[in-house]
Amino acid sequence: MSERIDLSVNIGGLKLKNPVMLASGTVGYGNEISNFTDLSKIGAIVTKSVSLNPRKGNPPQRIVETPSGMLNAIGLANVGLESFINDKIPFLKEVNSTLVCNIAASSIEEYVECTKTLDGEDTIKGFEINVSCPNVKEGGLIFGNDISSVGRITEKVRAVTNKPIIIKLSPNTSNISEFAKVVKDEGGDAVSAINTLVGASFNIWNKKPKINNVTGGLSGPAIKPVAIAKVLEISRKVDIPIIGIGGIMDWKDAVEFMIAGASAFQIGTVNFINPNAGIEIIEGLESYCSQMKIKSISELTASYNLE
Amino acid sequence: MQISKIPVVALEQLQNNVFLLKARSKELAEKSSPGQFFNIKVSDSYFPLLRRPFSISNVENDILTFMFDIHGEGTKLLSLKKEGDNIDLIGPLGNGFNLDDDFDTAVIVAGGLGSAPFPLLLNKLSKEKKVKSFVGGRSKPNVITWKLANVNIATDDGSIGFHGNVFQLIKKHENIFTENKCKVFACGPNPMLKALQEYCLANNINCELSTECAMACGFGICQGCPIESSDKKSPYKLVCKDGPVFNAKDILI
Ligand SMILES: Cc1cc2nc3c(=O)[nH]c(=O)nc-3n(C[C@H](O)[C@H](O)[C@H](O)COP(=O)(O)OP(=O)(O)OC[C@H]3O[C@@H](n4cnc5c(N)ncnc54)[C@H](O)[C@@H]3O)c2cc1C
Ligand SMILES: Cc1cc2nc3c(=O)[nH]c(=O)nc-3n(C[C@H](O)[C@H](O)[C@H](O)COP(=O)(O)O)c2cc1C
Ligand code: FES
Repeated sequence: MSERIDLSVNIGGLKLKNPVMLASGTVGYGNEISNFTDLSKIGAIVTKSVSLNPRKGNPPQRIVETPSGMLNAIGLANVGLESFINDKIPFLKEVNSTLVCNIAASSIEEYVECTKTLDGEDTIKGFEINVSCPNVKEGGLIFGNDISSVGRITEKVRAVTNKPIIIKLSPNTSNISEFAKVVKDEGGDAVSAINTLVGASFNIWNKKPKINNVTGGLSGPAIKPVAIAKVLEISRKVDIPIIGIGGIMDWKDAVEFMIAGASAFQIGTVNFINPNAGIEIIEGLESYCSQMKIKSISELTASYNLE
Repeated sequence: MQISKIPVVALEQLQNNVFLLKARSKELAEKSSPGQFFNIKVSDSYFPLLRRPFSISNVENDILTFMFDIHGEGTKLLSLKKEGDNIDLIGPLGNGFNLDDDFDTAVIVAGGLGSAPFPLLLNKLSKEKKVKSFVGGRSKPNVITWKLANVNIATDDGSIGFHGNVFQLIKKHENIFTENKCKVFACGPNPMLKALQEYCLANNINCELSTECAMACGFGICQGCPIESSDKKSPYKLVCKDGPVFNAKDILI
């Protein structure tokens, strides 16, 4: 390559060396996946949703494969705030990637307390607030489907940190751009879209649901067109940086999200199948940009041609 | 633990629906130990989406063998592999059987495809140890005794061996547990593992169980494969990372 392509992006103050982020819940806390891929080359790692206290998660069966996708009802199993700080952050500090911490909670106070506690950790460069987990009884979608709750969470979290705040939106709503607008109005720096879509699947022989929680979150290639439409909707209606998520398997999918309006993107399910996918996507993006004579990847964002 | 692409050297039909996939890799052969597994990509595309987990059935020189039956779409695709194809696999994964304990007799208990991991186990077992195998299946065609030693068979329909399940068969041979210092190694359907677990715990017999569970990643990042732990302080273990082989006292089935 003759000319160096600028892959760096700035998402509402969160500066990344490239737009590839590893999605929450699909990379754990980084240590296992580091056996397969060079995390220092990845734009950002978003850690598994952390809550104030540890959560043991849902009983098995938690996952099932579906056509071009999978349903999961992990139930936000996580080590809790204290162990996250003591046991997980030290490894992530060594990695030399940008760390975004994803927070899940069942009350506004819990979101605030987690953010406040983590704000002092230098390693954490931004927060992603999960208001859209479909698999827990309290919090989760109850917040994610209520515009005023999303507004209040954004406002209260904003009050306790100066670091970039990303609100992770639910696709299980018909008006995602209104949620993005309230995030912007209440001082959020970016939105990420989408979290998983609610889905279910039955065993036809015993008529029981295939996952214990009955419903789960659908992810993988099956949700990509839905996700792209949500990104496009936000991009056309609200002036806020968007992180695109949903079914990205390779660099072509990633480019599609950026064209539709994303400033960066996250890869989730693909990590389970190809834990080196992030690096391969970076290489693919470089060669796409050089073929398309794009000097800076950020030119791609919302470059759609709707004529 | 790594992603590899290795050449298939043979796809053999062992018996009716049971196949052996043999692939070459010196490095992976050296790293593999009994009870561990690989997460195999069965197609070149993302259909089906997820990898499929398979135990390492045997290792001979630089050849790894996997044993499987046709279950659904994934295993059907795997059965179409042929010499010269490459397979993409992640592993070896998980914790296998512990052969270093104090025992003089290895008691192998397998139900159906549960025979898969034991050829490698016997291969690695010190030659001084005695072996006694109990193999069960629904009917004669489902009984897999490939490379096992000292085999006693049970079938549900009585078409070969003892008429009944493998656990009932073991109970008939109970004296082996008093006459020898035994360690039980088991793999098979959950009801079999559960009966065996209860029996071994009640009689203070050292026992390891190889468990199965739906998996996405196979290496600990998705949290998709919990199994209940007997330790109340940490309620779930992960089958892929903490297992798939567990000591009978550590899990609840
Ligand atoms: C640690 C481990 C070791 C295994 N070793 C062997 C082996 O040596 N030989 C062998 O024949 N089988 C083994 N299995 C089971 C094997 O993974 C399944 O038979 C296989 O995934 C079925 O895929 P399919 O597409 O043919 O079936 P489908 O039923 O179409 O699969 C649908 C989905 O369910 C999952 N699934 C179905 N059955 C099982 C199962 N029993 N366990 C876990 N996931 C399942 C599949 O992975 C897939 O995601 C093992 C499973 C585990 C967890
Ligand atoms: C097994 C699994 C666990 C997940 N856990 C979380 C989580 O803890 N917090 C969160 O915000 N999103 C979680 N997600 C959602 C992903 O971050 C992502 O939004 C979604 O999977 C869509 O992207 P994908 O199609 O690339 O997987 C999880 C997804 C999967 C498949
Ligand atoms: S299969 Fe993903 S954690 Fe075990």
